Amino acid sequence: MIAPALTTRGLDKSFGSLVVAQGIALSLPVGARYALIGPNGAGKTTLINLMTGMLRPNGGQIYLGDEDITPLAPEARVKRGLVRTFQINTLFPHLNALEAVTLAVCERRGVAGTWWRRLTGYKDAVDEAYAVLASLMLADVCYRPTHELAYGQQRLVEIALALATRPKVLLLDEPAAGVPRDESAQLFAAIAGLPADITVLFIEHDMNLVFRFASHIIVMVGGRILLEGSPSQIAADARVREVYLGTRHHG
Amino acid sequence: MDAKSPPIADPHAFLAAQVRWRPIEIAFWLATLLPFVLSPSYLVLASHVAIAALFALSLDLILGYAGIISLGHAAFFGFGAYTAGILAKAGWGEPLSGLAGGACAALLLGYVTSFIVTRVSHLSLIMVTLGICLLFYEGANRMGWLTGGDDGLQGVVMWPLLGRFDFDLYGYVAYAYALVALFVSFLAVRRLIHSPFGLSLRGIRENVRRMPAIGAPTRRRLRTAYTISAGFAGLAGALLAQTSQFVALEVLSFQRSAEILVMLVLGGAGRLYGGLVGAIIFMVARDQLADMNPQYWYFWLGLLLITVVMFLPNGILGGLAQLLARWRAS
Repeated sequence: MIAPALTTRGLDKSFGSLVVAQGIALSLPVGARYALIGPNGAGKTTLINLMTGMLRPNGGQIYLGDEDITPLAPEARVKRGLVRTFQINTLFPHLNALEAVTLAVCERRGVAGTWWRRLTGYKDAVDEAYAVLASLMLADVCYRPTHELAYGQQRLVEIALALATRPKVLLLDEPAAGVPRDESAQLFAAIAGLPADITVLFIEHDMNLVFRFASHIIVMVGGRILLEGSPSQIAADARVREVYLGTRHHG
Repeated sequence: MDAKSPPIADPHAFLAAQVRWRPIEIAFWLATLLPFVLSPSYLVLASHVAIAALFALSLDLILGYAGIISLGHAAFFGFGAYTAGILAKAGWGEPLSGLAGGACAALLLGYVTSFIVTRVSHLSLIMVTLGICLLFYEGANRMGWLTGGDDGLQGVVMWPLLGRFDFDLYGYVAYAYALVALFVSFLAVRRLIHSPFGLSLRGIRENVRRMPAIGAPTRRRLRTAYTISAGFAGLAGALLAQTSQFVALEVLSFQRSAEILVMLVLGGAGRLYGGLVGAIIFMVARDQLADMNPQYWYFWLGLLLITVVMFLPNGILGGLAQLLARWRAS
């Protein structure tokens, strides 16, 4: 049997007496499209922070494939293929999209520490960055500073930066946060079009999008996993209706 | 040619246009030769301007491009100056190797201190860099047997440059020497800024939180930048020691750290030429205003600084670039 792309075992985290993650055990099969849902404050973003190393767990392990990555720094996890995007735009405002994505490509190729050769000499890195941008329909605007781009385009740059690192596992923290509803469907169509060998976990509040794009759903409440299952199982579960769908159902 | 012309379909052409030498740059460097013909009596001042410009350029590398604020960059300037000065006083007066020695000593010091400096940020960073500089100031003051202490390092004797050109009283050789050193350093920094490493530094400045998420070892990048910057600062210090054949304790002073920061902010940080233009304006203005009334100079400097920071947040060069963009758009 093939090892899951990402596994967590008994992941615990608390800030003082506030428990934000308790006994989180997850396993994402290769190529899965998982949604992570739950009310505000359920610990969804915290879980992504724990998986990517931006927070240190108090206990438990994280495996990428067969490798225990729990002690690794965030950038080392990225090098191994575990990559995230941010709920609030975390971009390079005064770099244009081409420069930003080229930077990510150079970092992945291990040439970003080179200071004696011109960037223009790395033609294949620039080509690769441009191809990523073109695949997200950003080719026309990639010469403008990121902070001048429309909000929806900036959300796409978030994803472009992550893709440039060639992730094996991609964790998307509310990729469509703040994007108008008609545009958010487009954005998710782009996510659905990602190569099938990339494992995707996304946080999303819009249940229409969740049920349309996820093959599997994980429900978190109060720092614990309440339930996981196929979209139909989740939709039929009385507890989920009570804690989540009941209060935040979007028609 | 630039981003204004019709949309460029080719990313290579766009990036190549950004690194191309502009006519104004060539004009700027040709103009640095003017003091030789126009004002030979100001060549000593011109060499001091070139040295300050190199020092400001080194600070720009960490402040303008990597976002490390330092109020103690004089530590490296002074360390380079004392190294070159003491070498010459000890009997080795060959300029070029002394210059390399001063730069290497500062580079090494930069590498050692980079481990502390890159651990902190914001106010702590300013205090740590200031603290390091104060340590060296007091150290040099106490070690009078080596540095001459408060009286300065005297008895620095330089051999002729390249074995042929004596450092003259009028500053012909001094200015030529400083100018060539500045230009060669500028070429190196320009190349660095346009390299993948330079892009990585700008990434750190723009968003230090995102960098680990694209797999960048941020702290290592900053250590490299800080070390290289320290080397160039040491080079500038060594130039001053050699061309003036004297090292004053003031090379390590807080005032020197602060003044270089002021020059860079006046000219415009993160613009490659900001430190150069800032150094010219600052040094020439000080020379002219101090002639009229020595005590009054800081009044005008304060006024200029407030005006620039309030109305031209990107410095004088940033303001000019904005004007030019507006003029082209209309």
